[in-house]
Amino acid sequence: MISFKHVSKSYTGTEKAVNDVNFEVEQGEIVIFLGPSGCGKTTLLRMVNRLETITEGSILINDQDIGELNEIELRRKIGYVIQSNGLFPNMNIEENVTIVPDLLGWDKKKKHNRYKELMQLIGLDPMEYRKRFPNELSGGQQQRIGVIRALAADPPVMLMDEPFGALDPLIREKIQDEFLQIQREVKKTILFVSHDIDEAIKMADKIVLMRDGEIMQYGTPSDILIHPKNEYVSQFIGRDRAIKHLSLRTIAQLQEEIGLVDIDQSIVDSKQVNVHENLKDTLAMLLNQEADQVIVHDDNDEVQGAITIDRVQRYLHLEMRQKPAQAREKEKVIE
Amino acid sequence: MNRKKIIAIIVRILLYAFVIGFFVYAGVNGYFSPIFEQSDTFWVLVGQHLNLVIISSFLAIAIALPLAVLFTRPRFRKFEWIASNVANLAQTVPSLAVLALAIGILGVGFKPAVFALFIYSVLPIFRNAVAGFNSINPDLIDAGKGMGMKAGQIFWRVEVPNAAYAIIGGLRTAVVLNIGTAALAYYIGGGGLGVWIMTGIELFDNAYLISGAIPVTLMAIGFDYLLRGVGYVISPKSTRQTADTATTT
Repeated sequence: MISFKHVSKSYTGTEKAVNDVNFEVEQGEIVIFLGPSGCGKTTLLRMVNRLETITEGSILINDQDIGELNEIELRRKIGYVIQSNGLFPNMNIEENVTIVPDLLGWDKKKKHNRYKELMQLIGLDPMEYRKRFPNELSGGQQQRIGVIRALAADPPVMLMDEPFGALDPLIREKIQDEFLQIQREVKKTILFVSHDIDEAIKMADKIVLMRDGEIMQYGTPSDILIHPKNEYVSQFIGRDRAIKHLSLRTIAQLQEEIGLVDIDQSIVDSKQVNVHENLKDTLAMLLNQEADQVIVHDDNDEVQGAITIDRVQRYLHLEMRQKPAQAREKEKVIE
Repeated sequence: MNRKKIIAIIVRILLYAFVIGFFVYAGVNGYFSPIFEQSDTFWVLVGQHLNLVIISSFLAIAIALPLAVLFTRPRFRKFEWIASNVANLAQTVPSLAVLALAIGILGVGFKPAVFALFIYSVLPIFRNAVAGFNSINPDLIDAGKGMGMKAGQIFWRVEVPNAAYAIIGGLRTAVVLNIGTAALAYYIGGGGLGVWIMTGIELFDNAYLISGAIPVTLMAIGFDYLLRGVGYVISPKSTRQTADTATTT
């Protein structure tokens, strides 16, 4: 869907802000550009809608070189969300949301219907907010409006530059969940800049981990956590990469691989947990000593068994030691 | 907050009481008599005064606003300080000196008076407009660009509306200043209500002095309120607060 081919960017001629970047993004994926500030991730993102020029190489969307397209038309087909939401203070919410449809010359009725649709998507009452101005809304609401504004003309591609970076943690998490929910419906191809590893693990289908304008590793969050390609990557994702990785796995997956333990009927103090709970939260629950036993239920409330720290430990061993070893064996056989 | 409000209201009431008291005092002593006894002359002078102010202000707007727009474009922003300094310099020259200099170029009469007032109004209009455009968050322009707005669309739909309140603020300052300074036009034969004010001063005649000065004051207050109203109408309420802080800093 989007291909980066030997993309480079230099400002002064010698120093490269982005250096020979190559990768492909599949349709409907969220790809997160992750890295410390100054690593070139924002520059790379802004090259896609040509807010930054490309010094060398090319970016293709659906096999079409963006350098050959009219930049105004290109930008109108790409949703754009920035950290400070960029809502225009002189326009009310409806005008803000429908700005791209307005630029594209949609008629009034079509614009209004689209506005109502989008507001329902984020659970805000279209009529109540219609005539309000951005500064009358909370930070979280403003950012949601910023997101639906980018969705307004139904662009196939969205660029998001640290869209949730300015929000406080509680609201950020809520909006991230809400956004993933929306993404499941709209299935956009999304390029997303972040410096927050947890955000990337949670939101991304694939992560592009960058340093000094170069890609250090490109892969799924799980891939990066289990096989960090080099010292820099493992340092960036942190020593707790195994624990982080658990947030990507559920009890159901553990159950499938190694099974649960039997319930000890003699223990009275026990806690219930759903089988779709992720392993990180489950482990946290076990470590918190909230109960002597954690009993796992499925969606029909049928008891599946119990889970212990030991089980999680065994599962991790399997995922991080045995499986990669098996994969290496297989590769050797093929060779 | 509430205390401040109460104090503000008290000060305002005292001020109004003082003004009304002054009008009563002036009326009782017959200080407004020239306005009624020579009403033909009075209206001629008012007309001249308004002409001086309106023509010079329009000229100043015509010059200062395009300059402000030019010097806030990214390409020319680095030259903005030169323009600001030139305009600042023009402002530091005393008004009488500007009038005297204007005589040297344009002779005596209406024209040099308009010219001098024009020179005087350029700075506040220019400076406020520059402040207004500069106060716009660069992220807004970035967002506009990223969504596919053309340069003209960004200018008219984002920059101008968000800078409007500050621009009108500059106009208010310039016009009010102008109305007062226009009284000096009398010295170079430019006419206006300054004729009665200066006559009053020279003859120690309170009647002429007040009949000239009070209309000038009312004119200044009137224009101030008028332009403030215009500002409120043309700038959306959400942009006012930011514009206010931009002009006061």
